[in-house]
Amino acid sequence: MSKQDQPTTSATVPPTTDEFIKGLWRDNPVFVQVLGMCPVLAVSNTAVNALAMGLATAFVLLMSNVLVSALRNFIPKQVRIASYILIIATFVTITDYAIQAISVDLHKSLGAFISLIVVNCLILSRAEAFAAKNTIGRSVLDALGMGLGFTFALLCLGAIRELMGNGSLFGLAVFPANFQSWIVMILPAGGFFTLALLLLGINALQQRQKQTQS
Amino acid sequence: MSSTITKPTSSSASGQKMLQAMVGIGMICALLIVLTYEGTRDRIEKNRAEALEQAIFKVLPGITRTAPYLATAEGKFLPATADNAKEGKLVYAGYNAEGDLAGIALTASGQGYADIIRVLYGYDPAQQAIVGLYVLESKETPGLGDKIEKDLAFMENFRALDVTLEDDLTQLKNRVVPVKHGNKEHPWEIDGITGATISSRAIGDLLGASTEQWIPQIHQQVEVFETSSTEKNE
Repeated sequence: MSKQDQPTTSATVPPTTDEFIKGLWRDNPVFVQVLGMCPVLAVSNTAVNALAMGLATAFVLLMSNVLVSALRNFIPKQVRIASYILIIATFVTITDYAIQAISVDLHKSLGAFISLIVVNCLILSRAEAFAAKNTIGRSVLDALGMGLGFTFALLCLGAIRELMGNGSLFGLAVFPANFQSWIVMILPAGGFFTLALLLLGINALQQRQKQTQS
Repeated sequence: MSSTITKPTSSSASGQKMLQAMVGIGMICALLIVLTYEGTRDRIEKNRAEALEQAIFKVLPGITRTAPYLATAEGKFLPATADNAKEGKLVYAGYNAEGDLAGIALTASGQGYADIIRVLYGYDPAQQAIVGLYVLESKETPGLGDKIEKDLAFMENFRALDVTLEDDLTQLKNRVVPVKHGNKEHPWEIDGITGATISSRAIGDLLGASTEQWIPQIHQQVEVFETSSTEKNE
């Protein structure tokens, strides 16, 4: 990896709220960085699934960021990716057990997607680009911001898709019974449509912000 | 990618460092996983047992107590104990408040669209019908195939699905079959789901195979389940 992967802020700066806020909006992992598209498109068909998936990912991100940051001087450069994957896979396994212990039903509805958190490039990218170069405190803030930003983005998609595709929100019917649901919104194609429209809206918003600033 | 060439003198030292790091991290990770596994195992087993127990109550309406039975290789049914429970298929008898046999719950599995689907269904010997179905495990497409668990019209199929036996009790009069949505004409047909064709057909097929195998056996020995229930009440 090259030096372009350095975080936007300098590594010598003490923890600031900016580490936290950047993941929520300015560098939102889904809307701005467009990372981790597999779960974003696959599990965002209902609001509950999207929320659970977002929180599970945020937990794995937080824990792996902490461990990677704590061990950053101990891991040699050559084996860093292997080490990060090992750490991430461990926390995914732990999350899997924890979800089973909390609720069998929830585990049932998330199905295979929990194991797939391992290959979510958002988590690996935060480990590589941020946690490996910063203190634990800053890594925690970064992970919290990015994790919540990811959850927020998934929830936006999940809510829109469930509303359009099923006429309900969090499983509760919103539209009258004669509402003709748009099946396409629940299908993978609906994920792409919704994400594209959201990205369009957010880019327009951010451009306007820039114009008013300048 | 970096293309730095390590000097020959430092290669063994850095190799050792890599080994130390990987082994060290491996140990930490293994420890964390083992701790979590040990910490959650009882809870997960309890949750699973509870889920199965709840499922039995869902597929056999009106029961207040259940008892597991073991199906032996010779086709007999014995009350299951902690020792023999892993030797064969378990079926679960359900009893109502008076202690009478209300029905028997069985597990069945078959290939769905994504993975194996495992279901639990309840058989009522008095009506000779399937009176409930619950999906225990499925990885069907969220939003489409998972309608087999949620679709109320589909669940209606299993309120009184006909599995009447021939007079000699050796086989079913009509095998349970899945049909296209809206084409159900007979009480032994399962009305499919639009948008979950493969998954709903899979349920029909696995139920057809399972009922064909087990219902005659269970019905022939139904007194096994009835007698032990009265014994336990005395």
